[in-house]
Amino acid sequence: MAKFKKKQANTEQNIPTSAMPDVVFMLIIFFMVTTVMREVELQVQIEYAEAENIEKIERKRLVSYVYIGPERLPGGGLGDTKVQIDDSIIDDINAIRQIMYDKLLEQPELIVSLRVDENSEFGIITDVQQELRHANTLRINYSTRREL
Amino acid sequence: MLEKKKRSSSVEINSSPMADIAFLLLIFFLVVTTIDIDTGIGLVLPPIPDDVTPPPPVHERNLMNILVNSQGMVLINEQPAAVSTVREQVREFVDNQGVNPELSDSPDDAIISIKTDRMTPYNIYIDMLDEVMGAYAELRDAASLQQFGVPFGALSQGSEQRELIQEMYPKKISIAEPDEG
Repeated sequence: MAKFKKKQANTEQNIPTSAMPDVVFMLIIFFMVTTVMREVELQVQIEYAEAENIEKIERKRLVSYVYIGPERLPGGGLGDTKVQIDDSIIDDINAIRQIMYDKLLEQPELIVSLRVDENSEFGIITDVQQELRHANTLRINYSTRREL
Repeated sequence: MLEKKKRSSSVEINSSPMADIAFLLLIFFLVVTTIDIDTGIGLVLPPIPDDVTPPPPVHERNLMNILVNSQGMVLINEQPAAVSTVREQVREFVDNQGVNPELSDSPDDAIISIKTDRMTPYNIYIDMLDEVMGAYAELRDAASLQQFGVPFGALSQGSEQRELIQEMYPKKISIAEPDEG
């Protein structure tokens, strides 16, 4: 009466893993292509302002950043409001004109993203904007977070 | 006597650690990738006026002056206003279509001029700009719904319909010249 034999599959029970490296390499290539390395070391403190009606900048390669906020001091305190472009703090506001003009020559569709601390006063931004106008880099974007 | 030694193991390279290496690389790229998309309020600055071409004449009714002073108070055409009412006022002003003689002739003519003080807090300026952008977004949404039955955001980038709506309500926002000194 030993008719109720347990059915056993004849196939191997191992999952073939030889295709796994291929899958992983595909993922790697995807991330390598999409990766944008962290741009700069911030020397100013920035808390973004919030807004509702914002737009996305899809083409990150067009963007150049201007950081405006209180300077981070070595002791951990905060100093005066400063302007940072790329890796250095710009003390002479009038130098922005030349920097931006050079960037515009490299990238004619340049968008300047102003990353400004929300507690700043508008005067320094007016100065920067005047410089941008002199450099003829007219497309700007006030960086904000989405208001929840 | 010199018999060739036969290898017992197969000649294939063991490829299973390759997956591990690949995983390590994957994890590295996962960590350094910044997915955050830049968001913000876009604006086009007016070019520096030159002495050769005079600025185009603007009829007073087509100009809406918004002033944000150092205390963060908003003045619209010399009248004090709360930030929360800016949206409504901008919408009325832009979408007047020549009905009210105090407000704009057409959305195409309407210009919003923003003036700030040196001491204006940045976040109030952004709030105010956000309201102005909100007014335009509402107008464009309404126009798009009426014409195509979908909100403005659903129209694909660069499509004809999108450009049509953008032409109906062009964002003419001007940053006023700062005062000297």
